[in-house]
Order: sequence, then structure tokens, then C-alpha cells
Amino acid sequence: MEKTVNQKAWFLVLPVLLLVAFSAVIPLMTVVNYSVQDTFGNNQFFWAGLEWFEEMLRSERMWDALGRQLMFSGIILAIEIPLGIFVALNMPKSGFWSSFCLVLMSLPLLIPWNVVGTIWQIFGRVDIGLLGYTLDALGINYNYTQDILAAWVTIIVMDVWHWTSLVALLAFAGLKSIPDAYYQAAKIDQASRWKVFCFIELPKMMGVLMIAILLRFMDSFMIYTEPFVVTGGGPGNATTLLSIDLVKMALGQFDLGPAAAFSIMYFLVILLISWVFYTVMTNLEKREG
Amino acid sequence: MDWMAWTWPTAIFFAVIASLLITFTVLAIKFPETPRTGILRIETTRGDRLFITLLGSAFINLAWLGIVGAQQPYALIVCLIYAAAVFRWV
Repeated sequence: MEKTVNQKAWFLVLPVLLLVAFSAVIPLMTVVNYSVQDTFGNNQFFWAGLEWFEEMLRSERMWDALGRQLMFSGIILAIEIPLGIFVALNMPKSGFWSSFCLVLMSLPLLIPWNVVGTIWQIFGRVDIGLLGYTLDALGINYNYTQDILAAWVTIIVMDVWHWTSLVALLAFAGLKSIPDAYYQAAKIDQASRWKVFCFIELPKMMGVLMIAILLRFMDSFMIYTEPFVVTGGGPGNATTLLSIDLVKMALGQFDLGPAAAFSIMYFLVILLISWVFYTVMTNLEKREG
Repeated sequence: MDWMAWTWPTAIFFAVIASLLITFTVLAIKFPETPRTGILRIETTRGDRLFITLLGSAFINLAWLGIVGAQQPYALIVCLIYAAAVFRWV
């Protein structure tokens, strides 16, 4: 039987389109308008051309923030993806303990960003926080408000604590979907545990892992609340990631023009990376499919 | 619309993008196509190639501004060559 194609169904998407227009497209257009103008408040604007883009491209501050951002995203991905896979491999596959683990793992995911920030901000304090106090008692010099390394370790461990579960849950779902026949075949061939992982589990998890990497990369690339609550971008500018710097520029200094130019470049990078991931993912599915 | 701080150049910019999107939508309805695989080894339709062109053009313009820093309109010529290449080979 031939399927009939009815393009009128596209009209059902209209409400979403309208919503996205108001929540994303119109604000983005306004940002583009800001990026080519200067303002001293009072909603009065003066033409500036491409000046802000030029200034931002030559601004050390932006490149530094981008460098820190890439370092942050790189480090958390390098920890969370292998750790998530490791956790998923060691979780009970069925029964009560499996469900128990799943619920336990999803708990950090349910906590709002600012609360996670607050938890770790207090947890790491040397005077009242369990972590800070313990480390201090052990003689380790740990103070995330003054020491750059301590600040970085804190925000990275916080992100790992918050989001490794997501990777683990996705990897677990990928593992569950592998039919038993594959493992039986591996057993007949006397394949080692490592070989089973490399040639059965990892390829079969590729799809969900790509989703996990995409989600974690995008989220960490846009992260604001958690590090802001814990370190406020400090000590100095040591943990000022892109979005923290952007907010400082746009709302703190009220430099709307440069901040708008900054946002557009930030947006373009995110768009590019999302597109690359999306393309890789859909092509993987097609090849498997 | 005052609060959006419109300027003529940005209005023209968005008008061009909007008309491109409308043109490609009409083209897709009038002349349906099958995706093809080009040098990037990915399946692309006309719409995909338009997206790759626009996104690439944004980066070409930024690179021109950062590296050359003058005569910005010439960057558009590079973009046109890039667009032709994308539509021919990607």
C-alpha cells in the first residue's frame, strides 16, 4: 500500500514556531541589532558598524574566557564519559537493585543548578563545610576562594557529581538494548572481557554515547549558575567562563554593544558544534539503521 | 518595534535571510528532491546546503574581520565562492 503524504500536517507545528519566535528568534534579532550600535541607556542607539565585533575579536579577555571554557568542557567530558560508562557496566542489570541504582543515580539530576552550587559552596567551606573542614584537618591547603587550583577542582568535581549520572543512565540504556545473542557468541569464541567491551558493548553504545557527549558538551559550554554560585568567577578571573564573562559585560558594565557581539560569536560556535554532532549522530544511525 | 533598536542594515540582513528561507521552502515543495552525498560524506538536501553556506559565511566574515580587518564587503565575495562550492560539491 502506498503511503499518502500530507504536508498540511506542518501547520500543526505553527504554535511551536510562534513560541520559539517569541522566546528565541525575536530576542536574537534584537541582539544582532544591538551588536552594531552603541547606547548610553535611555533606549537611544548610535550606529557603530562592525566596531564591537572587531574589538571582541581582538579582546584578550574573550579569548581567555574561551580558553577556560574549552578547558572546562574538555576536562569534564574526559572524566564524565569514561566514568559514566564504567558505572553503567557495573550496575546490576535487573531486579530490585537495578531499579534502586537507577533512582539513586537520577537524584543529582533532579536538583536545580543554583541549589547544586549552594550545596558545593557550603560543602567546600573550610569553617563549616564537611569537605573543606576535613581537607583542612588533614593538612591539605584547600580554599576555593583564594586558590586557583582548588577553585577549578571544586567546580569540576561539582559538575562530575551533578552530571555523571546522566551519562551512566544513557550508557545503561544502550547496554540494555544489546541482545543476549551477542554475548553468547562472544562466549563461544572465548572472547575476553576487554574484547567484549571493545567489539560489542562500545559499538552498540555509540549512538547514546554521542547523545551524551553532545548534551554534556552543550550544557558545560553554556554553564553559568553552578560556578557562579560557588566561585563567582574567581579567584581573580580564574573560573570566569564564557557565560559568566558575558553576563558581567552585559549586565554589570552595561556594555550592550560588545556583549551583543560576544553573544553572537558564542552562539555561532554553539551552532557549529551542535550541527557537527547532529550530523555525526544522524549518519551513525543511518549506517546502523 | 522601537525597543528592538532596528537599523536599516540589520533589517536588510534579516530580510535577505527570510527571503532565502522562503525561496528554499517553495523550491522544496515545488521540486522535491532526494538527498545526495557529497565530499563531506553526509547526505544533504538543498536546505542543508543553505544552512552550511550561511553558517560558514558567518565564520568567513568573522575571520576576515579578525585577520584582514578592512574592506569587509570583499568577504562577501569569498562567501559567494564558498556558497557556489558548497552547492556544487557538498
